[in-house]
Amino acid sequence: MTGKILRKIYIALIVIFMYAPIVTLVVLSFNSSKSRAKWGGFTFKWYINLFDNASIMAALRNTLLIALLSAIISTVIGTAACLAINAMKKKGRTIWMGITNIPMLNAEIVTGISLMLIFIILGVKFGFMTILVAHITFNIPYVILSVMPRMKTLNPSTYEAALDLGASNSYAFFKVVLPDIMPGVISGFLMAFTMSIDDFVITHFTKGAGVDTLSTKIYSEVRKGIKPEIYALSTIIFITILVLLFLVNRTPKKVDEAKTV
Amino acid sequence: MSKNKTKLMLGLPYYFWSAAFVILPLFMVVYYGITDKNGALTFNNIASIAKPEHIKSLWLAIELSIVSTVICFLMAYPLAMILVKYGKGRSSVLVMLFILPMWMNFLLRTMAWQTLLENNGVINAILKFLRLPLIHIINTPGAIVFGMVYNFLPFMVLPLYNSLAKIDENVINAARDLGANNVQTFFKITLPLTIPGIMSGITMVFVPALTTFVISNLLGGAKILLIGNVIEQEFSQTNNWHLGSGLSLVLMIFIVISMIISAIFDKDGEGSLL
Repeated sequence: MTGKILRKIYIALIVIFMYAPIVTLVVLSFNSSKSRAKWGGFTFKWYINLFDNASIMAALRNTLLIALLSAIISTVIGTAACLAINAMKKKGRTIWMGITNIPMLNAEIVTGISLMLIFIILGVKFGFMTILVAHITFNIPYVILSVMPRMKTLNPSTYEAALDLGASNSYAFFKVVLPDIMPGVISGFLMAFTMSIDDFVITHFTKGAGVDTLSTKIYSEVRKGIKPEIYALSTIIFITILVLLFLVNRTPKKVDEAKTV
Repeated sequence: MSKNKTKLMLGLPYYFWSAAFVILPLFMVVYYGITDKNGALTFNNIASIAKPEHIKSLWLAIELSIVSTVICFLMAYPLAMILVKYGKGRSSVLVMLFILPMWMNFLLRTMAWQTLLENNGVINAILKFLRLPLIHIINTPGAIVFGMVYNFLPFMVLPLYNSLAKIDENVINAARDLGANNVQTFFKITLPLTIPGIMSGITMVFVPALTTFVISNLLGGAKILLIGNVIEQEFSQTNNWHLGSGLSLVLMIFIVISMIISAIFDKDGEGSLL
């Protein structure tokens, strides 16, 4: 009995630990004083000013566009790669899964500078495209690692049966294979989108002057003091996701047990 | 046979992408690391790790990342056990604990700890109210460890959770039937069975902690330099890419060792993040 209470207390402490900074930021978004250190009274003004702040809005647009594009492209490339890797012999599969793991296990700073160096060598202009390429690069492994377990549980006979019954390769894929691996594909996409939104280090090394995502904008403002509008924007984003998650969890689940957390 | 070939062809974009943006870039780091500005071969970049200010920041990074890995492990193991026991098949608690917070920008969350940990910040106000001793850790290595634990705890919990969830309940029951008590069951059965998850968790926390420059910058008051800060400055301020690459190569030795360790212990990828 005491064990159960202790367990609840422990979970509660971890929740407090994880959410204390988030609550702090939400509170700061309503703080009329510009200083992080003192409370100057309740205000909505940062939420109103936010939409007039062109540079924050531009950073938001870049962040969302890069997250969306990189998630879509890496989901397509990654899912196709899973089909290929799954069809390989054991040796090829081990090698390619090893390569897939490199961006996951490598330090972000090394991934960041390695991409920066290759862009310099290739003579590419640093900006939106270089960030996008970098994000696709670190997102593909998340897609592959969440689609692969689903792929392994597939029964190859269903695909072959579809072919025997006269379906073309692509028709059989879209009608038979894809529905089965869909939970993995979706969670891979969402993971990629989330990782892209939250990334700072790799973006820091691959962005050009004048192009900012929210992360790099925040970092550049740390020394001179973060604009409270940023807190307001972050609060809006967070609450939106919270509500979405709540709604998704309330609708009855058709595709459950997606292995990804 | 040809059907198989079409399937292998589907991987072409990925083969190309990995070659161009994963493998080739790493060779670029090696190339820059072992050459000087004129392109001549040199080992000075790598050897400069022995300079007092570099070796000091490397040691400090190793020290702090070991401490935070240990703390993460001690915090995460009971948590993972509780989560497995409570909510088998329900990952919503994990999502709520670790994925949802990611939607608040990680720089902002880390900065918020600055507000909370400050000498006259929220936590000290609470401690004062409770008449407990105050903490003075902001801008010290302690605050950096704090930030590391906060940011990398999920990387420890998830692999532990996965490998704990895989343990067959019957094995535990068998140990009980044979007369083992809770402590014995834990040390003789549960712990050894989760070693792949533990190793995976350790590498997943140790590598990002060792190489961070953001957390030390935000919570260490920019005065405490870890090896990550030194490298970052070579790239973004001094523009000495050769020296930065050379130091990164030293860092990569640690990363490669971690990769090998996790490959040995984690043959079928069961301890992986996803």
